[in-house]
Amino acid sequence: MDFNLNEEQQMLSDTIQRLVRNTYGFEQREAFYRSDTGDSPEFWRQLSELGITSVPIAQAYDGFGGSGVESMVVMKELGRGLCLESYLHSQIYGAGLVQQLGSPDQCQRILPAVAAGDCRLAVADEEAGSHYHVDRIECRATPCERGWRLNGRKRVVIGGERARYLLVTAHIDGTEGVSLFILDPKSEGVSRIGYPCADGPQACDLLLEDIYVEADDLLGHPGGALSALHYQRGRAMAAQCAEALGSMEEAFRLTLDYLKTRQQFGSPISGFQVLQHRMADMRGELELATSMTILAACVADDPGSGERSRKLTAAKFITARASQMIAEQAIQLHGGIGMTWEYALAHHAKRLVMLTHQFGDDDFHLGGYSALLDVPGRANHN
Amino acid sequence: MDIHFTPEEQAFRDEVRAFLTSELPADIASRVRLGRRLTKDDHLHWQRILNRRGWYAVNWPEAYGGTGWTVVQKHIFEEECAAFGAPRIISFGVNMVAPVIIRFGSEAQKSWYLPRILSGEDWWCQGYSEPGAGSDLAGLKTRAERDGDHYVVNGQKTWTTLGQHANRIFCLVRTDTSARKQEGISFLLIDMDSPGITVRPIITLDGEHEVNEVFFDNVRVPVGNLVGEENRGWTCAKYLLTHERTGQAGIGLSKAALAHLKDIAARERNGGGMLVDDPLFRARIAEVEMRLMAVEMSTLRILAATRDGGVPGAESSLLKIQGSEIRQAISDLTRKALGPNALPFLEEELNPGFDDFPLYRNYSAAPASQYFNLRKLSIYGGSNEIQKNIIAKRLLEL
Repeated sequence: MDFNLNEEQQMLSDTIQRLVRNTYGFEQREAFYRSDTGDSPEFWRQLSELGITSVPIAQAYDGFGGSGVESMVVMKELGRGLCLESYLHSQIYGAGLVQQLGSPDQCQRILPAVAAGDCRLAVADEEAGSHYHVDRIECRATPCERGWRLNGRKRVVIGGERARYLLVTAHIDGTEGVSLFILDPKSEGVSRIGYPCADGPQACDLLLEDIYVEADDLLGHPGGALSALHYQRGRAMAAQCAEALGSMEEAFRLTLDYLKTRQQFGSPISGFQVLQHRMADMRGELELATSMTILAACVADDPGSGERSRKLTAAKFITARASQMIAEQAIQLHGGIGMTWEYALAHHAKRLVMLTHQFGDDDFHLGGYSALLDVPGRANHN
Repeated sequence: MDIHFTPEEQAFRDEVRAFLTSELPADIASRVRLGRRLTKDDHLHWQRILNRRGWYAVNWPEAYGGTGWTVVQKHIFEEECAAFGAPRIISFGVNMVAPVIIRFGSEAQKSWYLPRILSGEDWWCQGYSEPGAGSDLAGLKTRAERDGDHYVVNGQKTWTTLGQHANRIFCLVRTDTSARKQEGISFLLIDMDSPGITVRPIITLDGEHEVNEVFFDNVRVPVGNLVGEENRGWTCAKYLLTHERTGQAGIGLSKAALAHLKDIAARERNGGGMLVDDPLFRARIAEVEMRLMAVEMSTLRILAATRDGGVPGAESSLLKIQGSEIRQAISDLTRKALGPNALPFLEEELNPGFDDFPLYRNYSAAPASQYFNLRKLSIYGGSNEIQKNIIAKRLLEL
């Protein structure tokens, strides 16, 4: 057992922490949010120059070949800075899907450019009625001459407006399972309706009306994407736990500082026991979330198994519960100032809660873990 | 980063398992698993088996007959013992007074008391809490006045666990009433058969005789039974409390209790089907298992940090809170799993001889009592509220 970062990981952590601190102050973030792109192309360029965009991508495709631990290190700092770029959905989730399902040609075409930061990916796997179940979708792919025709509507494709390629899930007519297609968003008939999410990042809805995709743009076999989607969502969940952890640490720090300085009834409010115990409770949740984030990072790249799924599901559950508790109590302990748009704490609270709306909230994962529950002598419910 | 045990640690786990498989008496393990009563002889029997193997005094330095195990090995040992249903180690002698004697005691005290703890000749109990000194331990009033070569002790101790079995008690007593609260306290070793000592049972809400009141009426204690310096007993007390707090997360016990809960849920019917298939109850088990996984990871992180020379701060208080809450949550679900079958309170069913004639199932008698008994977890060893004070004090630099 060793819970320390190695020297290289520590350097990575220091590098990105410094970059985020220097370029992602709260006022700068607000300016990025209000800009045309809704994020910072300059920050992305710096991530690329420092090689950070390449971290999760395999060495065979010009990546750094980092593990779940490297992803954790990066995401924690992006979370602390409330960064708006879709690093997780592009470099970890999207690139992971291409790497796992793609042919060598497809990987070669896409991944080196992603690693370099020259193009981004976005995954279109949620629909109005799917509610985190990637297999419960209505989008359809109909075979046609030399390819497929896609019809359907995807919701909340994070980073979808800035993505060079969209990875779109659909059922192929006449086949079981879920298929995954590479879609150029500039293809004829694709409409994107962009908007910011409640916690800041840009997303879009995707309308697909008889869109033609080439035969080459199917990732993997027809109907063969589901296990990769589950596996890569596991990696994404691990990374997202780290993103939440970075934000939780910052929300906790801001609250702690506030309690020490805010005066009421003639003394700092840190003197009130009810607030002291609330801080202790928050610290407890933070501790559990830290532990599960580390566990998730360490199993994220293990081969798929019931054990891996249980651990990642538990990590997401514990982190989601901790995120909401810390978000709500951080606002409560700040009082009115915690309710204002102009104070960073409020945006951490929003990020912490809205992160639970991606890849499944605590209830979804409670159900998931229930189904996977290991009861000796009995088959699980999955 | 690496969350795995080393091959050496895995091998150690196998060794512990092999030992428990061959040495732990099946009747004792069954009583532990089903929450039945254990006799003093059950405890002593298991202690002797452990001592024969050299695995009783796991926390002592090797020079005194300890194991020299790392904190990780100790954790593995505790986890496996709990999983196999070994009786818990009664800590007062081997894990509480002994470390204090080793750290602060005289050579004479070490050579007299330590071997008697190992052999089981001495059964120690703890004289800390008083009617007026619980969480505010330093408010204790039991007096020890010097009279020649003796201290004369007067006062009352309470919540003395298994004092009815003990032939010795270690006490915090007030030797200077004029000093500040913590500064007039001394650490005394007292023979329970001294004239003037009376032990009275306190029956707890589950009907058990586990704790006692101990009265001291002009009890004469040789000056040689003072550990460390007079009026410096608080140092010993604090040292001992840190020993008491480590391992309080009780991960092994929770895991064993959770396995028992799943077993019951898989055997209890719920109207038509089995309880474990009821979505709500299954989700409740799932939730507590996930929380336990998180607390276990936190424990491993602290163990690794301690192994590498770190001193746990607020973390050990957090673990005490979270570990006790989880054990209570599991005992809550275990009671609920039985539905109406948890209602009958037939004390005889908890006795060893009742094994063959259970009124319902052999596991159904204990859960309600155990649930009430385990309310103590969030009270003793520094109540969970005291732990939160400790955490907040560090966080807020109060």
